[in-house]
Amino acid sequence: MPVTVEIPIEKWSGSVRTVTLGATADQGGTRTRTVTVGGETTLPFLHFEGRMPNPPVVGIEIQDHEPVDWAPLLLEVWGAVVKDPAAWAKAAEAKGADLIMLRLRGADSVGNKTTAAQAAETVKKVLGATGLPLIVRGPGQAEQDNELLVAVAEAARGERIALGLCEDKNYATIVAAAQAHNQLVISSTPMDVNLSKQLIILIKDLGLPLDRILMDPTTGALGYGLEYGYSVMERLRLAAFQGDAMTQQPMICFVGEECWRQKESKVGEGVPEEWGDWQKRAITWETVTATSLIHSGADIVILRHPESVKNVKAMIQKLMSQ
Amino acid sequence: MALTGLEIYKLLPKTNCKDCGFPTCLAFAMKLSQKQAELSACPHVSEEAKEALSAAAAPPIRLITVGTGDQKIEVGNETVLFRHDKTFFHQPGLMVRVKDNQPLAEVEDLVARVDAFSVERVGMKLRLNGIAVENVSGDANTYATYVEAVRAKTPLPLVLMAKDPTAMKAALAKTNGSRPLLYAADKDNWQAMAELAREHQAPLAVYEPAGLTPLANLVEQVREAGVEDIVLDPGARSPAESLSTLTQLRRLALKKNFRPLGYPYITFPGEGASSEAEEVMLAAQHIAKYGGFIVLDHFDPATAYPLLTLRLNIYTDPQKPIQVEPGLRDINGPKAESPLLVTTNFSLTYFSVSGEVEGSGIPSWLLICDSEGLSVLTAWAAGKFDAEKIAKTVKEFNVGAKLAHQKIVIPGAVSAISGELEEELPGWEIRVGPRE
Ligand code: B12
Ligand code: SF4
Repeated sequence: MPVTVEIPIEKWSGSVRTVTLGATADQGGTRTRTVTVGGETTLPFLHFEGRMPNPPVVGIEIQDHEPVDWAPLLLEVWGAVVKDPAAWAKAAEAKGADLIMLRLRGADSVGNKTTAAQAAETVKKVLGATGLPLIVRGPGQAEQDNELLVAVAEAARGERIALGLCEDKNYATIVAAAQAHNQLVISSTPMDVNLSKQLIILIKDLGLPLDRILMDPTTGALGYGLEYGYSVMERLRLAAFQGDAMTQQPMICFVGEECWRQKESKVGEGVPEEWGDWQKRAITWETVTATSLIHSGADIVILRHPESVKNVKAMIQKLMSQ
Repeated sequence: MALTGLEIYKLLPKTNCKDCGFPTCLAFAMKLSQKQAELSACPHVSEEAKEALSAAAAPPIRLITVGTGDQKIEVGNETVLFRHDKTFFHQPGLMVRVKDNQPLAEVEDLVARVDAFSVERVGMKLRLNGIAVENVSGDANTYATYVEAVRAKTPLPLVLMAKDPTAMKAALAKTNGSRPLLYAADKDNWQAMAELAREHQAPLAVYEPAGLTPLANLVEQVREAGVEDIVLDPGARSPAESLSTLTQLRRLALKKNFRPLGYPYITFPGEGASSEAEEVMLAAQHIAKYGGFIVLDHFDPATAYPLLTLRLNIYTDPQKPIQVEPGLRDINGPKAESPLLVTTNFSLTYFSVSGEVEGSGIPSWLLICDSEGLSVLTAWAAGKFDAEKIAKTVKEFNVGAKLAHQKIVIPGAVSAISGELEEELPGWEIRVGPRE
């Protein structure tokens, strides 16, 4: 007796919100293009049952001061531009980035503290050098984050840049700066569905519209907590489709930063022979981490190595083709 | 999926004869559904009902074993779509394909390297699981020679890939009952393949790219021909297609308990990729999203290690982080004057630190606190690696007795607790180590 297969389809009531980064000239900014993420109505790339109107995008991380502590492989591949954020942004655009993430360091390589004026100046230069949308993250220390990001928000007026990271202990000042200058924020919580929701609620309660909030669920690198982030992201996404409005923000993952901190990527000598060729391993580490996370719901992945950018973009393109 | 009491009742004789020891057939059915009775207690139950009941008790995705002995690999028997719902149980087999039109010496060398490859991570040895040998030459004798050569080089499980039943038969003569996976029965050759699978008690892959309905029907035919251990190849190759198709298959098995497709899946990421890098990314998808046997076209430690790590991550039980026994470890033969370090019992933390200390060659004592498998900062944030806990552990393992000093090095990440620890451990000197 022949059997007939009925494909099981999930009917979800909720969807992911769309968020647009960047503003072109007629939108009050100077970007040559904008990037819109989100809008999914089902789990990633399941085109048979829902829509994924916007593909996940790949950003490249650059820094305001020469990142002397970065893995030698990265410093080598980027070359001299790492000394000049504007040149670096341009190079990143040429390598196929969909957007740029500028990470402000607390101090330069000889220890001079980064000032608000310098941060504002750097952001202006980077905006001048690239037409891509911009994300700016502070050094990760509350007081300095606030000081620098307020200046940055003002300097980038009208550009719809995303500011981060808002954390439960430090978000009000960053949100206020975003509100005042029409920017976006990134809400960041340590791998927990409820904490993630709570911070979104707090930010929204300060009056920032939800279409200006990205969600960072916290990323663990492959072999270093990847699975925790992966599963929290799947849970957040399922909650979003089930209609939980405070989990419906697009998700961003700082993949490059996490991967390139790990020994597998950072060092080439004194490691087991079974780890194989250093460069290939390091790039695969970043690529596999990013690939896993776009399958669990990442809308933006921020990478460091241009080869990984190329690989992950090619994969996204294939995943989007129906 | 288990049947409800009512569903079982419908299959019973409904005579209420009480021979089973229960007052009614319904009462017996209820007990059966709660697994508090055995079907054999009813002497009147029909053969059909027996079959239906035992089929319903079977797992929705059949467990398939390939290979024999220590190296065998078991795949299937999964119960959830998302690892956070419980856990994924049986890691997919990662295998490497060779072809019988490559130079034999090259094949032998590759097989030897795959066989020898082993990489250590958090105290576990991660390995690839097998070799797929494909008949590309079209010649049965050549194929048999290659299979024999591969078999001689490795005890790892094999996948025999041949369209032609004659070639398959010739190869099977060389595998000495080592339970290879036969790939594949298709709409043209399924009868002969099913016959071989039965004869050699080997699992059989069923390949049907025309859609899931034709696939299910072909599986039914193969099953009727007497093959029970089946692996599916729906032929979906591109990244988008394989994700959709494998998701559909897993849902059909778990949510609909759809028997004809209740088997693990075999994938060939190299066939859906246009470069080695793409193959690796697609293999990553198959590890995360439901692949059962993943056959790679490249072997390179630099990509095998990340994929094996991903498999370990995805298949770790979310409720139970991998952990080590708390206690005092000696590294590099420490003496009473050697330094004392303290860390947590999260495997990843412990092995990073012990590896680092071992590498340095410095004789040391390493004290492991029971942080319930959490990393340093996570444990600290959760109150499971604080001054009190460390002090308690120092006392519990009577660490002081082994040392000629009272100095303890704490991780740089928790430098904030050094003051409190001084209070908890009077007379001890607290030193703050580096962060990483
Ligand atoms: C994975 C992870 C989790 C996993 C747990 C994984 C686990 N088994 O531990 C989960 C999702 C469960 C989790 C939960 C939480 N987490 Co968490 N988590 C992480 C994450 C991403 C990685 C941690 C990790 O695995 N590190 C790798 C291991 C190897 O690192 P390590 O143990 O620190 O060891 C290194 C060093 O410390 C050093 N070292 C170790 N021992 C020693 C000893 C000596 C002598 C020396 C010198 C050095 C040394 O060497 C090691 C190698 O470099 C970090 C963020 C990050 N990227 O680091 C957050 C992080 C640790 N988590 C954090 C928090 C707040 C939490 C929660 C409290 C959140 C919540 N309320 O739910 C919970 C607490 C847990 C609970 N209540 O059950 C915070 C901690 C913030 C802080 N500074 O206090 C972090 C830093 C994230 C953040 N930026 O906010 N987390
Ligand atoms: S022995 Fe069988 S037929 Fe008789 S009551 Fe029990 S279940 Fe019903």
